[in-house]
Amino acid sequence: MTMLTERELKKKSVQYRKDILRIIKGSGSGHTGGDLSSIDILNVLYNRVLRVTPESFENSDRDYYIQSKGHCAEALFVVLADRGFFPKEELNTLNKFGSHFIGHPTRKVNGVEQNTGALGHGLAFAVGVALAAKQDRKDYRAFTLLGDGELAEGSNWEAGMTAAHYRLDNLIAIVDRNGLQITGSTEDVCQLEPLGEKFESFGFAVRECDGNDIGELVHTFGAVPFVPGKPSLVLAKTRKGKGISFMDNVAKWHHGVPNDDEYSRAMAELDEAEKELAA
Amino acid sequence: MEKPKANLEVFASTLLELAHQDPNLLVVTSDSRGSGKLAPFGKAVPGQIVEVGIAEQNLVGVAAGLAAAGKTVFAVSPACFVTARSLEQIKNDICYSDRPVKVVGISAGVSYGALGSTHHSLHDFAALRAIHNVTIVAPADSFETREAVLAAAKIDEPVYLRFGKKAMPHLSRPAEEFELGKASLIRQGSALTFIASGETVAPASDAAELLAKEGVECRVLSMHTIKPLDEAAVLSAASETGGVITVEEHSVHGGLGEACAALLLQAGKCVPFKIVGFPDEYTVTGGQVEIFKHYGIDGPGLANMARSVLPKR
Repeated sequence: MTMLTERELKKKSVQYRKDILRIIKGSGSGHTGGDLSSIDILNVLYNRVLRVTPESFENSDRDYYIQSKGHCAEALFVVLADRGFFPKEELNTLNKFGSHFIGHPTRKVNGVEQNTGALGHGLAFAVGVALAAKQDRKDYRAFTLLGDGELAEGSNWEAGMTAAHYRLDNLIAIVDRNGLQITGSTEDVCQLEPLGEKFESFGFAVRECDGNDIGELVHTFGAVPFVPGKPSLVLAKTRKGKGISFMDNVAKWHHGVPNDDEYSRAMAELDEAEKELAA
Repeated sequence: MEKPKANLEVFASTLLELAHQDPNLLVVTSDSRGSGKLAPFGKAVPGQIVEVGIAEQNLVGVAAGLAAAGKTVFAVSPACFVTARSLEQIKNDICYSDRPVKVVGISAGVSYGALGSTHHSLHDFAALRAIHNVTIVAPADSFETREAVLAAAKIDEPVYLRFGKKAMPHLSRPAEEFELGKASLIRQGSALTFIASGETVAPASDAAELLAKEGVECRVLSMHTIKPLDEAAVLSAASETGGVITVEEHSVHGGLGEACAALLLQAGKCVPFKIVGFPDEYTVTGGQVEIFKHYGIDGPGLANMARSVLPKR
């Protein structure tokens, strides 16, 4: 993989944000807020961390990425298209009748490892993948992206116990800690904090980082496994709707679709961000 | 004659045989190795058993991940839990995602008779029949159990296997043949047909024996594969014999009986027809045999049902 510089990665993030808004606007639906909070994580994973390409996707030694928070499918699709898993134009069919680009990832889309959408499924699946690697003495890794609201699903904690029990240091779970879910603040809906301590007590090695900061993400993922013999948990502090001023940290953008005016304003902001990076 | 064995025991010994041949085969358990008769398996091939604790959702999710990474996986847990608590994982992680996990529901039906309805699985056929991409199998005896396990391991598709824990008699049959999706003929006859599954095939066979003494020869089919249903065998039974009685260790709602009824009605075959299973209630409790008897799922009960269906002579 050609190593992109941090500046190039930042440019990618802006481009991805534009792509996300464009396809959501085109299809009339999508999980805008979470797509924007998680896109920098996906960017760094696919362009810097994961040992997987369209050519190696069928190899048994590839790294696996499982998107547990399946509703942020648009972010994943945009990154997969950019990485060459399928032609970018196909994304124009998002949510159209008969398209396999639906509101959640499915294996019909090249590059998607597992059908997700119901919450609380990705971590257990990733534990299975990581366990198989350990059994076969292979060095591939399993990465999974969890939503924070999703953590109320008990199945996550079942899987977390298993991950620590089997000392799966080839498992890297990332929490997109944007603090908001469809009803409002995660802390108002069902308190998660102290979240890092919870994962630590379950046997994870936990590191916090700014999940919208490319440099911090590169640095954090560069350090996995954080502790040999322990699964890693990246507590990625993000902002829902990140990158667009009027969507930033606003719960209603969970699955809000911009109207024409909002779309133009959002794109103008991203054009501005692009210019700044070019300067 | 070989000592009767529980289907569960035959499952465990067959699986050990397979594990010796294939180091890639794994069993995943949820504190269920004892109930699954898998303790010897764990001792013989400790590297091929994965324990996840009492966490059935996790059991199925982990099994799906292992299968995705190339393992042949049998996920073993009591049928009552694995087909209810982990139904979403079966649907999404296995069936929808097309992961060829073999989900094994042990001590199925009312095997845990006296433990009550929390431990009964009389809903599993119904729940799983409505989910696409899973073969549902309830073998009748040692022969079918062994064949079903071998067949399930061979196919690259999701399978649900359901086993009881009571020792089952070896059922003699005209030909020892087994194919998933194809009913197994236990006894030939034309007065009527018992279409039974799992541990109810033996009592259906007993009923046929009793009726034969009265000169009434009934056909007995072991419909070990509930889905996909052997439609040809059901249609032939309706055409060639005087009626059909389905028998299952399952609620009368959504199981083998309703599958046969829907098929026959839509094929325009209106023949004398009865569904024998568990009524819509929390069952009486006691031993499995006693519960079967209470609901008429024994030789005399099923023979009586047959007499009520047959034309008066």
